[in-house]
Amino acid sequence: MSEELFKQMAQSIIDGDSDLSVELAKKAIEINMHPLEAITKGFVVGVNYIGDQFGAGEAFLPELVMAGEAMKAAVATLEPELLKLGSARETMGRVVLATVEGDIHEIGKTLVGTMLSASGFEVTDLGVDQPADKIIGKALEIDAHIIGMSALLTTTMVRQREVIEELDKEGLRPRIKVMVGGAPITRDWFQKIKADGYSEDAVGAVKIAKELVGKADQ
Amino acid sequence: MSHKNIKTISNPKLKLEILTKEDVQKIHDATLQIIEKVGVRFPSKRALDIWAANGAEVDYEKKIVRVKPQVIEDALKKCPPAYKLAARDPQQDLQLDGNHVNLGTDGCGVEVIDINTGEKRTSCLQDVRDIARIADATEEVAFHWVPVSAQDTPVEARGLHELKAVWENSTKHVQTESIYNVEEAKAAIEMAAAIVGGKDKLRERPVLSLMQCTAPPLGHDGGSLDAALLAAEVGIPTGFMTMAACATTGPTTMAGNLAVGNAEVIAGTALLQLAFPGAPVFYAAAQTASDLRTGAYTGGGPEDFLFGAATNVLADFYNIPLSMGAFATGAKEPNWQAGLEGAMSSFMASVVMSDMLLGCGFLHGSRIWSFAEMMMDCEIFSIVHKMMEGILVNDETLALDVIAAVGPGSHYLAQKHTRKHMRELFMPKFMDRRPYSEWETKKDDARDWALARARKTLKEHQPDPLDENISKEFDRIIKSVEK
Repeated sequence: MSEELFKQMAQSIIDGDSDLSVELAKKAIEINMHPLEAITKGFVVGVNYIGDQFGAGEAFLPELVMAGEAMKAAVATLEPELLKLGSARETMGRVVLATVEGDIHEIGKTLVGTMLSASGFEVTDLGVDQPADKIIGKALEIDAHIIGMSALLTTTMVRQREVIEELDKEGLRPRIKVMVGGAPITRDWFQKIKADGYSEDAVGAVKIAKELVGKADQ
Repeated sequence: MSHKNIKTISNPKLKLEILTKEDVQKIHDATLQIIEKVGVRFPSKRALDIWAANGAEVDYEKKIVRVKPQVIEDALKKCPPAYKLAARDPQQDLQLDGNHVNLGTDGCGVEVIDINTGEKRTSCLQDVRDIARIADATEEVAFHWVPVSAQDTPVEARGLHELKAVWENSTKHVQTESIYNVEEAKAAIEMAAAIVGGKDKLRERPVLSLMQCTAPPLGHDGGSLDAALLAAEVGIPTGFMTMAACATTGPTTMAGNLAVGNAEVIAGTALLQLAFPGAPVFYAAAQTASDLRTGAYTGGGPEDFLFGAATNVLADFYNIPLSMGAFATGAKEPNWQAGLEGAMSSFMASVVMSDMLLGCGFLHGSRIWSFAEMMMDCEIFSIVHKMMEGILVNDETLALDVIAAVGPGSHYLAQKHTRKHMRELFMPKFMDRRPYSEWETKKDDARDWALARARKTLKEHQPDPLDENISKEFDRIIKSVEK
């Protein structure tokens, strides 16, 4: 019985079917399956499969994103049950994401958020046009391990440096690590502003985030 | 008309039918439906008020407007179908009349392959000057975009420093894609006015034009909208560019992606016409597919080439000039991919007579400027220019007399007809047609020759200087914006 359900759960993630993954998560609650068991033996198996397929060049980004969203929906359904049981899902780390002040471009950042969530990070996405104090305030509030900042314009990417300088001034680094990204962001810029991590795409961002929290092998 | 030191494509002999009339009508209908039912985001108080005053359904909280088709269609009818882009040197004015393809420099990059060292580094103000000066001397380049970001200047006035750098080094038309807020737009208009002797003369002699990117899917940037409205008010040609990308910021299917991009562009264009009827506007686009592995902007590939031709059919349908993104390549250095993507994209956009063709000079998805790439892109444009002349068939070109004189065997090298027409054959600057043994001793190629040419031009070309008083006025204007 459980084995069959686990298989269906994994498949719902592989198919990127959020409706089905939520339905299966509810079913797990109904039959008193432990939510952590549903996640680790069911849904995560699907995420890992798609991840491997992607790595092998067999799956593409839209499939990865859909799997990530189906995973997020399933976990969100199981979360209240987890809390009731007094246990929490072990996360890879807490991340605050934002597009910097003056910039409204967020598709890349949102994509990074989805990928990080799917990989087990707890992501708080502040959205666009976020000033330094808001970003840092939220990071302190949730005791974030990582701040991730996006910028699409050469005139707004300077804000990434402002946030880093502010963090340094407050003595919050290296406790909080900083990742930067966005179309105009180069390795030179990343080094110049002394950020901790930089990637040119969302899949790479997950790898960097894992390294920053010391879990590169997971 | 003849240009001083500018080569444009005109009177084309080639044709391409990429969309039928029915196809275009379907895309147009879909676009109107999107604008009416889904809506487009206009995050600018001024823009929303204009829409509200014209009977659109305005959601001030979400900043989304939904507009009846009739309002859009009526507004678009007010767009002037043809006008000119003026240059600092009036002999270099450009016609946007559907019969000229004008090449520009691409923009706006963040890194440069240094012209002397060959090292990749962060772009700066001097790069803007150098590129402008080379473009001024290069006949294929008809106008400028701001090629790279002057990252060593203060952000609040960066777009103005860049404009000054181009105008001080070239007499050709300048279109900026790097000014997207009210303060800088006001100052840029002042700078343009200083060149032509007053703001009231800009409508007649728009030495500056403005290109604003949309924020797909179905959105605009607030600062861009406000800047565009300021420009349209004084008669500075203004266009909205969509870069909707299949599978990320637009539907995966090309027709749907065209409709989404079209909705962004024509809604923005209609806004300008509602505010300032008859303002010179253009359609701008650089749609693309997304890379399925990374989600990244591809800047090339068959979808891009098709978009390049299809979009002009849409712009023609609305009877407004088009600025089309071409030459973009994902290649990391000037190589097979760069040549292929530059050739295909520029041909497809030119064969349908895009009025403005952007642009030469970039690698890695419009991020890295290469002087060699710039020169080689220009040669591609020259090849397309030659191809667009087609094949002339008449008694002289059939050359029956000469054929009879030469007869079977023998050769045509010593014929007067040959000498008369030989310069009609294309003479490449950068194609390797040497004997193998000569190549073998040098092992050099187009990239070396193109770079050498850029270096020589930069060293030797002296642009007509800008009046010192105007430069001083520029400094004053820029200072007033700097914090």
